[in-house]
Amino acid sequence: MKAPAAIARSPQADRRGWLSGRAAVIGIPYLWLLAFFLLPFFIVVKISVSEMETVSVKDILSWSDGVLQLTVKLSNYAYILADELYFSTYVASLKYAAATTVLCLFIGYPFAYFMARSRATVQPALLMLVMLPFWTSFLLRVYAWKGLLSDGGWAAELLVSTGVGDLLYALGLLTVPDKFMHTPFSLVLGMTYTYLPFMILPLYGTLSKLDLRLLEAAADLGATPWQAFWRITVPMSRAGIIAGSMLVFIPCVGEFVIPELLGGPQTLMIGRVLWDEFFSNNDWPMASTLAVVMILLILVPLALFHRYQAQAREAGR
Amino acid sequence: MAALIDTPAPSVQAAGVRNPSFLQIQDVVKDFGGQRAVNHVSLDIAKGEIFALLGSSGCGKTTLLRMLAGFETPSSGRIVLDGQDLAGLPPYERPINMMFQSYALFPHLSVWENIAFGLKRDRLPRAEIDERVAAMLKLVQLEAYAKRKPHQLSGGQQQRVALARSLAKRPQLLLLDEPLGALDKKLREETQIELVNIIEEVGVTCVMVTHDQEEAMTMASRIAVMSEGRILQVGEPGDIYETPASRFVADFIGNVNLMDGTLVQDHPDHVVIDCGHCSHYVGHGITGTEGMAVTVAVRPEKIRISREVPPGPHNRLQGTIKDLSYFGSFTVYHLQPAQGPVLKVSQSNTERWRSEALTWGDTAWASWSDTAQVVLTQ
Repeated sequence: MKAPAAIARSPQADRRGWLSGRAAVIGIPYLWLLAFFLLPFFIVVKISVSEMETVSVKDILSWSDGVLQLTVKLSNYAYILADELYFSTYVASLKYAAATTVLCLFIGYPFAYFMARSRATVQPALLMLVMLPFWTSFLLRVYAWKGLLSDGGWAAELLVSTGVGDLLYALGLLTVPDKFMHTPFSLVLGMTYTYLPFMILPLYGTLSKLDLRLLEAAADLGATPWQAFWRITVPMSRAGIIAGSMLVFIPCVGEFVIPELLGGPQTLMIGRVLWDEFFSNNDWPMASTLAVVMILLILVPLALFHRYQAQAREAGR
Repeated sequence: MAALIDTPAPSVQAAGVRNPSFLQIQDVVKDFGGQRAVNHVSLDIAKGEIFALLGSSGCGKTTLLRMLAGFETPSSGRIVLDGQDLAGLPPYERPINMMFQSYALFPHLSVWENIAFGLKRDRLPRAEIDERVAAMLKLVQLEAYAKRKPHQLSGGQQQRVALARSLAKRPQLLLLDEPLGALDKKLREETQIELVNIIEEVGVTCVMVTHDQEEAMTMASRIAVMSEGRILQVGEPGDIYETPASRFVADFIGNVNLMDGTLVQDHPDHVVIDCGHCSHYVGHGITGTEGMAVTVAVRPEKIRISREVPPGPHNRLQGTIKDLSYFGSFTVYHLQPAQGPVLKVSQSNTERWRSEALTWGDTAWASWSDTAQVVLTQ
């Protein structure tokens, strides 16, 4: 008699909502995000509108003569717009992130394409190879590039002997034809190398699901393989292109370690400026302002991406 | 495996009347790594014909179709369309279009764009593309759905878009791969007729592949029955059904009672075959010798079943009704003779109620005329 009673009660339990298992499953990640992402973010926002009091941040709320006072200082935001350095650093960050994304797409797309087209028995091994770099510390791998690209490193010597150095110099990516370290070239190379798997994996995901009969249908209707690629394969993998680009672009904008190790004076990115404001100038409100603006810069493309996905879902694909 | 009936196969005459050389498949073989999918197939298909390749899965019919489309290359043999050898022509250069199994519509393109896809590849002027897509939409009665995406259409509508897309380029040859396989039974029956009407209206030569014999019979003007990469018989639907050339074809198409026996009397105008539990008097001569082993095939609907004793001694059998399947319009009786295999007899239910209706366990007589049988070699 107990079991039917329990079954009868279950819809009521559902209606109670916050007590049910489903609510817990959905609620716990939200609580996590609230406690460890949204709350810290608001603290950062709060600091960005605070005053600096010699070595510590002044609270924006204060009691004076029994009256609660709210002091909001927006001058930091105005300062970002006014100061040439911050603006150009943001632009540089976006530029290098965009260059990295484009390079990752151009290298990653053919890679993912041939991976998805290779024999089914080989695919797990190829997938493993893409993920293999994650087994070594990211820092070690970036340091390795330092050795390879500095004077006498064999990658540097190879680039010089094959004439790639001269080509990069002609393109304005190097200031001296045989010095590769601490240039935009080494920075973008390092970021492309690091973030390539994040481009390949979502692309592989969409390309491996592509129905090959669609390509046959395109060929049957008179499309050459090249036309079928542009008319069918590329549009059908759009979701993968967008997801991969976001996964590369967003972390690249705020990248600190790679520019620090491989970049140079020409490649000042916002991550470095942030670091300086926090730890050299000890100006927490300014640093927080920079962080908030950076988050906004990243949130806009992210919001666009989500809107696109929602539209695509509404359209069914 | 040849039929022993001495009347010439009507299909040969029918094909001879038309121009048989529009599509020629000449001794085509296809091997897949030691596995022979298509085994020395030769076919002549006339202009304007709807030709069906019929067989169960794995019989090589789809491989043959894919060779026509250009997705597979024959290991040997030639395919000639309207005098042009298709060897070496990639699919996108062949004047052939295919309606794919489950359609393969482009999901990211609208109905209009799907139909226009092939026309755009031909770089036709925009006005002509508009005009031809509109004509295609009208042909398949989907004018109102031009802007929809494929997933917003029902199965039947998708099928019509696929047909319109494959006809838009006015191909010389239309290939249909299981054209109605993705539709449910009721819709399939309606669509069969509609599809044939559209194809005939356009006047395109058509080769279709199907495993569904009803589909092949309803739609095709001629059928090739395939098994294990070979063509067993080619003919009009009626020939294939009424004069099967082999045991396999007789058994594959429709229901049949197969009775093994011996030729005991061989006359120019009739033969007698003894099957042990019954004796067949066949009202025409066959090419054979007395004492040879043959198989007699009798379709269930050509047998009468009754309580009354039919005149003997040939073409009759007594038994008890072991099983009975009621299909509404007809009933199939499984008659178990005292010895020998079960005989299937189908009887149409011309009256609503029959007081003397046969039922389980009844003893009854089955009888058939001397024109009902087909005599096959073993």
